[in-house]
Amino acid sequence: MALDDRKSDFTFVGTRPNRPDGLDKVTGRAKFGADISAPGMLHGAVLRSPHAHARIVKIDASKAEAHKDVKAIVTRADFADVPFRPGLEGEFYNVLENVMAGEKALYDGHAVAAVAATSALAARDALKLIEVEYEVLPHVTDVDKAMTPDAPVIREGAADYSVPEGMHPNVVRYHESGHGDVEAGFADADLVIEDSFVTEATHQGYIEPHACLGMLGNDGKGELWCTTQGHWIAQKTCAALLGIETSQLRVTASEIGGGFGGKTTVFIEPVALALSRKANRPVKVVMTRSEVFRATGPTSSASMDVKIGMKKDGTISAAQGVFRLQGGAFPGAPGDMTAMCAFAPYNLNNVKQIGYDVMSNRPKQAAYRAPGAPMGAFAVESVIDELCNKLGLDPVDVRLKNAAHEGTKASYGPTYERIGLVETLEAAKAHPHYAAPLKPGQGRGISCGFWFNHGGETSVSLALSEDGSAQLMVGTPDIGGSRASMALMAAEVLGIAYENIRVTVADTATLGYNDVSHGSRVTYASGLATIKAAKHAVEKLCERAAAKWGIPVDAVKWENGCAVPSGPNAGDFDPMPLADITADMGSTGGPISGHFEATPEGAGVSFGTHIVDAEVDPETGKTSVTRYTVIQDAGKAIHPTYVEGQFQGGAAQGIGWALNEEYVYGEDGRLQNSIFLDYRIPVASDLPMIDTVIVEVPNPGHPFGVRGVGETGIVPPLAAIANAVSNAAGVRMKQLPMSPPRILAALKDNG
Amino acid sequence: MSKLHVSTTVNGDAVEYLCDPRETLLDCLRDKLNLTGAKEGCGTGDCGACSVTVDGRLVCSCLMLGVEAEGKQIETVEGIADGDVLHPLQQKMIEYAALQCGICTPGILVAAKSLLEKNPNPTEEETRYWLAGNLCRCTGYDKIIRAVMDTAAELREAS
Ligand code: FES
Ligand code: FES
Repeated sequence: MALDDRKSDFTFVGTRPNRPDGLDKVTGRAKFGADISAPGMLHGAVLRSPHAHARIVKIDASKAEAHKDVKAIVTRADFADVPFRPGLEGEFYNVLENVMAGEKALYDGHAVAAVAATSALAARDALKLIEVEYEVLPHVTDVDKAMTPDAPVIREGAADYSVPEGMHPNVVRYHESGHGDVEAGFADADLVIEDSFVTEATHQGYIEPHACLGMLGNDGKGELWCTTQGHWIAQKTCAALLGIETSQLRVTASEIGGGFGGKTTVFIEPVALALSRKANRPVKVVMTRSEVFRATGPTSSASMDVKIGMKKDGTISAAQGVFRLQGGAFPGAPGDMTAMCAFAPYNLNNVKQIGYDVMSNRPKQAAYRAPGAPMGAFAVESVIDELCNKLGLDPVDVRLKNAAHEGTKASYGPTYERIGLVETLEAAKAHPHYAAPLKPGQGRGISCGFWFNHGGETSVSLALSEDGSAQLMVGTPDIGGSRASMALMAAEVLGIAYENIRVTVADTATLGYNDVSHGSRVTYASGLATIKAAKHAVEKLCERAAAKWGIPVDAVKWENGCAVPSGPNAGDFDPMPLADITADMGSTGGPISGHFEATPEGAGVSFGTHIVDAEVDPETGKTSVTRYTVIQDAGKAIHPTYVEGQFQGGAAQGIGWALNEEYVYGEDGRLQNSIFLDYRIPVASDLPMIDTVIVEVPNPGHPFGVRGVGETGIVPPLAAIANAVSNAAGVRMKQLPMSPPRILAALKDNG
Repeated sequence: MSKLHVSTTVNGDAVEYLCDPRETLLDCLRDKLNLTGAKEGCGTGDCGACSVTVDGRLVCSCLMLGVEAEGKQIETVEGIADGDVLHPLQQKMIEYAALQCGICTPGILVAAKSLLEKNPNPTEEETRYWLAGNLCRCTGYDKIIRAVMDTAAELREAS
């Protein structure tokens, strides 16, 4: 079926029914990662390096082994020999190195050994019996320092082909793109502003720590239950790290207690399986919060230089940015993404962007909602705000003047199809928030944001039951209500009630490969596959009806849940409801199902515009966000309430990133704030209500027009809040988080 | 270390367990009584995912030892619904889509129920401060606060 059978009037899509898993989640019945156990189960615990950088000279586990409650101990030797390759080509090697240290511990919290014992307490006690001899090495945790000539080398040879000659070995990937002639553009400008910006690493901060239960026999067959955004990637990675066949490991995704990109890889899962293989018993491993902070992926920290030239009328004549991101002790910091997204909202004749991926002695960064984009937007949108202030121009008008639209050549290369940035800016301008008066001490900030969105490998099956109900199997873990939107889309095609569709997140043995729930891809890609699988089933329903009526199948069409003759010439038959066809399907040709699998390419990029009011207390430096409005293009909102929820959640995380959250490292390279008391995420009393406006500019690449909505919402907040704070405080804030001490220092510097 | 015997009441049922003196009430609820509704988000009293009430008082069950439950009345998320009838708070949380992943939901429900028992007419500010001990990373709290306040209004009307 072609993608051109686009639909624009809907029966189910766009309504707001209760989510199918609501009851389980409000009664405590839902099973998350740590909520499962198995007969004979052991508990695992992981020993972690207290050093930021150290050679592992010797591990003596003999005392732990002798302990009666200890059933297995694993170190790196218990994993497969995965070949090293530079950059991201060697990602299995990188993940293995991260899951269990090899020759060196590369960051505070890096796993060096693990035990399985008869109780969780016994396992933790046993860790204390393992003696590790370290040779402590010089370390570096700051991105700019990690690039200087005398910085300690994290790993020789990790750089890939993209890195220019002569760079420090810690620079492992390099990106450069753009078009036009930026120097000519700057010469053309009436005002050029160049400035530098810094953001600290933040953690995704999902409330559910990583947890899993693994069983692996010596026959190479295994079962894994885990909290993950993608159980197929967990399957593939665990199999590679343990040296078993992918298909022999069946992985089931638990309910997931938040991920935001941080659960797109594995940490404890291969460890649990390795312990299980050794002990020949199921092993459960659950991280503590401190382990989550120290050893799972925070986002990158960034250091950035941005230069923008503007004419008096607000036209941007040239824009240039250099974005340096550290991603911990492994390649992968999304410097390329930061660079590509930074200027993407604007229609520019002259633009150039450079991104660096830099290693340091920190945990391996993981994706965090539009990975890389928020930092770049912070730098770029701050400079645009300063230009508007200096030239006396309205920040929304300037953005409208420069906004990318259909046909614009994007800063990162391609030409945009139909996009909705202008519509979000127009909605911002028309919103009462934008016209509302500010109180003394308050400032208003605006920012746009962009994210690519993603398609990814997707496989979906739908099976009809004899009573006319349907079961839908998707492979993307439901991280924020996606089972509801899948059921709505299936209902729309089948014409049966939303409640009659049961959506299951299938395990790896049930469907073909499904890419992770990331890249804002679930409603887009699993949704597209659901629609096509449902249409596939409808074709079969029409065939059965045609056979019953004795007319050709092309004389039957599907309408409101019934087969009907396609026109007056097809014959005079009463509509035949779905349940009438399924009732005797066993004798009319067998079970009726629909299936679809593909790697859809038309994800449709997405833009948002945020308006923020902030108030700064000049005595304490504390910032309060007093009003917040998110405006974002959703393409088509399948379940608008959950779309609003994504907008609000992204804004709240952005508020935390902008004002409070940061990884604090001591001189010793150890993380200083590894509990929620010290790493403070926004609490209910920190935030205002968060207003939302859903703009719908349909995505040409989806049958219902869907664009992903999960990630774009975290791109504008850092800049929008920084602009609000800078305008309130009368001083440009160039470093995040804008914690009270930093604001006080900036106010003092400003006199 | 030898284990201690504890008799207590959970959601109205008399229960017993043996626990190590170092185990928390949360460990005992989850691992010994199989009541996995309360979650461990932090283990340090900072996230509220483990919220339960003990003799009517809201506590973080990760900060209380299992042995301290002796002779107490404990209520968890599993006891909030009345049989198959959901508590209005549960109903509203679903209606308002006040959960995305739902890991914070059990703690929020226990804490919000305890708020409404003490203060049937909380302002937005009071609701926000009462729930400030319950972290939610997904929702930005907007829909949670609305769900709780709307439940309060409905309960006031009903009484
Ligand atoms: S687990 Fe008890 S407060 Fe977080
Ligand atoms: S809904 Fe995910 S933490 Fe609250």
